[in-house]
Amino acid sequence: MEFDALLLSRIQFAFTIAFHIIFPAFTIGLASWLAALEFNWLRTGNPLYRNLFRFWVKVFAVSFGLGVVSGIVMSYQFGTNWSRFSEFTGNVLGPVIAYEVITAFFLEAAFLGIMLFGWERVGDRLHFFATCMVALGTLISAFWILSANSWMQTPDGFAIENGKAVPVDWFKVVFNPSFPLRYAHMVMGCYLTTAFAVAGMSAWMLLRHPHDAPEAKLAASRRSMSMALWFATIFVPVQIIIGDLHGLGVLKYQPTKLAAIEGNWDRMANMPLRLFAIPDEVAETNHYEIGIPKIGSWVLTHAFDGVVPGLKEVPPEDRPPVWPVFFSFRIMVAIGFAMLGIGLWSLYLRWKGTLFTNRTFLTAAMIMTPSGFGAVLFGWFTAEIGRQPWVVYGHLRTADAVSPITAGAVTASLLTFVVVYAFVFGFGSYYLAKLLRRGPDPIEDIRGEDLGKKPKRPFSVPDEGLEGRPGDKALPAR
Amino acid sequence: MFGFGTEYEGLAFWLPLIWSGLIAVAVAMYVIVDGFDLGVGILFKAAHTENWRDRMMFSVAPIWDGNETWLILGGGGLFAVFHVAYAVLMPALYVPIILMLIALIFRGVAFEFRFKADRSKFLWDNAFFFGSLLATFFQGMVLGAFVQGFANDGRQFTGGTFDFLTPFSVLTGISLIFGYALLGATWCVMKTTGELEIWARRMAVRFLLLTIVAMAAVSVWVPFLGRQIETRWFTWPNIAFLAPIPLITAYVAYRLFRDLEEGRHYRPFFLTIGLFLLGYLGLGISLFPYNVPPNLTIWDTSNTVSSQLFALVGFAIVLPITFAYTAYAYWVFRGKVAEEISGGGYGYH
Repeated sequence: MEFDALLLSRIQFAFTIAFHIIFPAFTIGLASWLAALEFNWLRTGNPLYRNLFRFWVKVFAVSFGLGVVSGIVMSYQFGTNWSRFSEFTGNVLGPVIAYEVITAFFLEAAFLGIMLFGWERVGDRLHFFATCMVALGTLISAFWILSANSWMQTPDGFAIENGKAVPVDWFKVVFNPSFPLRYAHMVMGCYLTTAFAVAGMSAWMLLRHPHDAPEAKLAASRRSMSMALWFATIFVPVQIIIGDLHGLGVLKYQPTKLAAIEGNWDRMANMPLRLFAIPDEVAETNHYEIGIPKIGSWVLTHAFDGVVPGLKEVPPEDRPPVWPVFFSFRIMVAIGFAMLGIGLWSLYLRWKGTLFTNRTFLTAAMIMTPSGFGAVLFGWFTAEIGRQPWVVYGHLRTADAVSPITAGAVTASLLTFVVVYAFVFGFGSYYLAKLLRRGPDPIEDIRGEDLGKKPKRPFSVPDEGLEGRPGDKALPAR
Repeated sequence: MFGFGTEYEGLAFWLPLIWSGLIAVAVAMYVIVDGFDLGVGILFKAAHTENWRDRMMFSVAPIWDGNETWLILGGGGLFAVFHVAYAVLMPALYVPIILMLIALIFRGVAFEFRFKADRSKFLWDNAFFFGSLLATFFQGMVLGAFVQGFANDGRQFTGGTFDFLTPFSVLTGISLIFGYALLGATWCVMKTTGELEIWARRMAVRFLLLTIVAMAAVSVWVPFLGRQIETRWFTWPNIAFLAPIPLITAYVAYRLFRDLEEGRHYRPFFLTIGLFLLGYLGLGISLFPYNVPPNLTIWDTSNTVSSQLFALVGFAIVLPITFAYTAYAYWVFRGKVAEEISGGGYGYH
């Protein structure tokens, strides 16, 4: 393997985007979670929700900041490292990316300021509106970027002129075949990532306090965990169904990728569901295969004798690397089923009334904190490595997409990114941990008749002394 | 248009013109709005007290993210409508752009981390200062490299990694630091009070002088780049039409100086914006219609008519709304920042 500009650019892109995706995956869900909390606060006036909002909005701000700065890098890398890709796809993908910027990024950015700093400067409803706009912005952003990515997987609505893709039908470009389900799968993945992160962090906060600690200290963490687990219990099964449907699309539009996912070398009916195998790309076979007969065909085609394509149907140079695709997919699915298990377990404990006290469960939920991030990352490994050797499936090879730059320049930039991201990510995690250790502000001084009653000025109730925003008084609107 | 692009007709002629106008507006927006918050970062280290630094940072904290979005629009917009320019420029500017992005990462996270830090606060003070300073410097180098031009075969960059690095681009890098510091200083004059405001005024005067010297130095240097840019300015009848530009620039600079002395609060900032726009106009006149100097025009590098139209429809509908709510976000945070911001305990932190 030669460390040329191509390979180094691939490593750099993989590294920077894998780092980046962690934050949107979290903030897409968190933004909606914050909107839900604020909605509940406005609806019930229960200060518990306000305190929860004020806690999770800090977590959101740190994550969003990291997402923004790592995202700017992405929008320039298409050009710096993949200029031939830009040349080939610019007519088609350029406007799609531009739509993301003008419809999503500005919306998020403008209302983020109001959401974070505008407490005293705008009314209740307007603040809630700002939160909703931030949440909407994250979803619109995901819409366009997943449309662009899906077009690279299942390009449609274009023609090739002069060695470049030119748009013919914009509707087909944007709503290309794999887009709707990929969008659903990803957004749901983001929501579940957030749900498990919130549940896990709340479980950790509960574990840190003895279970006979004052109710006020625990209430916020309990409410967070309960809400997040309800969401997970209901939507993990939905996600599994969406994932299955998405798989049918891969079978139809990207048969070679599917063959790699399944580790299927020969076209066959009655394919087993391979739980484990060591794929051997030289001998074109699997070793140590463990599978359940016929179930593989059934999952993919919904018929036991369904025919599944094989890797050998295309020449070796048109196949993706089988190992990473095969295993990434299995890790993602395993995480998904672990999530399903947590959801069912939480239901059982709710029924028994020990959801917040069962330490084994709380520990398990805590361990599952990063599970969504893992599932999202391994899902993307499957999708993106499975697309190889193409960058635009069937039309442009990754090897033909790289910029005319030197290996030296990319080595330097790659090393810099690794060091900088490790540094920034390290501190980001440290500050997040600090936030979590402190936890939501207790609500002990609001109880009895006050609980459930809405104060006139929601963000200036007496207990605010704890957080004390001197800026409130001293920031007159001139 | 002035004898350029004559081989193109109809939409193929007009769309690239419209789009150059739009992208020029986006870049100008970026330079102004991120210019002042980068400028605040450049002045940050020189601020006398922790309280000053808190106030300076708070004056831009609610809006910096939106400001930086214009930079993404610049990159994204280029990809959307002039993808050939994007494909040539980005590899050519590989080193300064990557370094600028890394600098922006440091200053971007500083906004969040600084308020969460106790013992490590100095780290993020430095990240904010050096991030702002270096991001500005590399942006200035990109500008200089752009004026110099790029080796290309009409589709891809054909030059070397360090072609961008010349004494001229170093000069433009330093010039932009002065310019952004001036923007940042006049912003602080507008947004702060008391000792900090007085100090910001002093800084503004200092950086105004440096900016004028730098603008003059760049203007004098340009003819030596061998790009014949000067012939556009100094031939008849152009000279008659263009002569007012340097004259107006000189007047604006003088007015700005007087305003700062007279203790005006708002006008210095807007006069500085005027100064930037005049410099920007001069640059536009020097380079039009090349968006990959020295040889590729906006027509040579543009996307197909269909792409430009598709993007234009969206921009026409969305951009006014974007302007409206961005302006609203600024309106919400209008007025001077309070003097008593202690220990990062304000806002949501």
